[in-house]
Amino acid sequence: MEKVISWLDARFPLTASFKAHLSEYYAPKNFNFWYYFGSLALLVLVLQIVTGIFLTMNYKPDGQQAFASVEYIMRDVPLGWLVRYAHSTGASAFFIVVYLHMFRGLIYGSFRQPRELVWILGMLIYLCLMAEAFFGYLLPWGQMSYWGAQVIINLFSAIPFIGDTLSTLIRGDFVVSDATLNRFFALHVIAIPLILVGLVAAHLVALHEVGSNNPDGIEIKKHKGKDGHPVDGIPFHPYYTVKDILGVTVFLIVFTAILFFAPEMGGYFLEANNFVPADSLKTPMHIAPVWYFTPFYAILRAVPPLFGSGFPGVAAMGVSVMIFCALPWLDRSPVKSIRYRGPKFKIALACFVVAFLGLGFLGTQPVTPVYTVLSQVLSVVYFAFFLLMPWYTKYDSHKTEPERVTDK
Amino acid sequence: MKMSRLSFAKALLTLLLALPMTVLAGEEAINLDHAPVNVDDHESLQRGARLFVNYCLTCHSANYMRYSRLQDIGLTEPQIKENLLFTSDKPGDTMHVAMASDLAKAWFGSAPPDLTVITRARGANWVYTYLRGFYRDDSRPTGWNNVVFDKVAMPHVLHEMQGEMAPVYRTEKDEEGKDRQVIDHLALVKPGKMTLAEYNGAAADLVNYLAWMGEPAKSQRLHIGLVVVLFLAVFAVVAFYLKKEYWKDVH
Repeated sequence: MEKVISWLDARFPLTASFKAHLSEYYAPKNFNFWYYFGSLALLVLVLQIVTGIFLTMNYKPDGQQAFASVEYIMRDVPLGWLVRYAHSTGASAFFIVVYLHMFRGLIYGSFRQPRELVWILGMLIYLCLMAEAFFGYLLPWGQMSYWGAQVIINLFSAIPFIGDTLSTLIRGDFVVSDATLNRFFALHVIAIPLILVGLVAAHLVALHEVGSNNPDGIEIKKHKGKDGHPVDGIPFHPYYTVKDILGVTVFLIVFTAILFFAPEMGGYFLEANNFVPADSLKTPMHIAPVWYFTPFYAILRAVPPLFGSGFPGVAAMGVSVMIFCALPWLDRSPVKSIRYRGPKFKIALACFVVAFLGLGFLGTQPVTPVYTVLSQVLSVVYFAFFLLMPWYTKYDSHKTEPERVTDK
Repeated sequence: MKMSRLSFAKALLTLLLALPMTVLAGEEAINLDHAPVNVDDHESLQRGARLFVNYCLTCHSANYMRYSRLQDIGLTEPQIKENLLFTSDKPGDTMHVAMASDLAKAWFGSAPPDLTVITRARGANWVYTYLRGFYRDDSRPTGWNNVVFDKVAMPHVLHEMQGEMAPVYRTEKDEEGKDRQVIDHLALVKPGKMTLAEYNGAAADLVNYLAWMGEPAKSQRLHIGLVVVLFLAVFAVVAFYLKKEYWKDVH
């Protein structure tokens, strides 16, 4: 065994990579609950890829056969239902885990210098994830798949000048059709996953270059021991690998409980209307995107059209996603972690959370006058969190950060 | 302090559980009756399968459902061949329907939908209420209407069993304060072969079968799920102590 490894090491940095990224990657020792979601996101990514491969073996990207092939997987393929539910539950789980992972970054200032690039790479991963989920959602070829895609693609036609050409280019047709299904399949199973995996690798390499943040938002590299390692750091392996085994197990309990006992999750993970085959002649009464897109969808609907053009809403929706990238430069607080920040930031963050969840709920609902006003108010709160950040963080009070990481 | 956190969690949980209900409530103004679905009751499923094949399958297909899968509800292959198969079908075939969908469209105005996953699309309660919701309406071309599906194209196929129902109206104020007639309930005007209680039982069997057919793997799913979650729960204890052991020297 040792011979094999030394043979490999002479030709490939195997032991060196293992050391650099696991056994001698020093992570702060005070990671708490919020620090599970990064590795959980990686787990779900692997799960989606593996289940996706098996689904691809029986799925048919064809307007005539797609719906039937999904039912074939659910009925005739041995344990096909398990693979399919794992994939559909995994899609929602991916977003839950990633939203919590992003929220962690928000509360402990993980996006701040020197981790700006880690954050931006993470945002690009999130964008890819949205694209991946959107393309994948068309594949079952149910009514919601079809009309959801129709609505989202139509958004692009609101872009001035190039809109119509662009949306036709995306569809490959003038309506969502077999051509659309085929290209979405190609994008879903190879194009986006390829980019996604590359970005995840870059995200991790960048993280390991600057080192992990921690709940205190202070740099452990400031205090190094005689051995040159941070005093408050512990090797990722074995400490965090065993800790993550516990996290993964608890996550899997929740995940499998949903998968086996409530795979439809009351219509939020698998929508009832998607058990009706796609029909280009019957528009469903109420078209809502899957829950993970609803905050942005609510913002889209909240913005009134300008001169009859829906572009302002589309632009607002786009900006509402991309604005996270600007966070490293919007935050002017001298401290990173919420533990040492003043009340202004805490209130702003609380308002943002309420706005995000509220918009998420409103995005699932049909439009009513009250809901429209409510989503307009919450959209303003959403954007105010970002746009006013330079001021409320600058003039906020703050506590002194500790020199060394704290336990609790 | 602990108490209030617990009650907060409770309130949050209630809210989360209530959400899907309110979403559904927004779409369905009609009160649906609760369908007594039990996919482990093989006798009920077998009675439902017989009704389905005899009454529904003449017009509606179940294109994703194989006859041979009926072995899951306790029928043997000879039983399926003898009692449920049309002469040309093999047990491995799916439940196709002989009627061409363009002809069906010409006769009924819309093609009868495939019923394989109908309870997953509409909900078992909806289908149960629908099957018991037909009433006489001479303004309709078929002579039938339905309380949950106004102007439905399908005639009351099971009327021999149920008999004929007629609506009993009550007066309600609409948004402008005007009186309007709404259906309060249905009353039997011409008895069928069954009593209403027997018919409700038959409809329940049929819906039970449809619910089972919508996801034949459901029982297996629940059984495997129990084992998986129990295993993970035990493993979580192991993982907890493993972590504790490794972390003893972190101060």
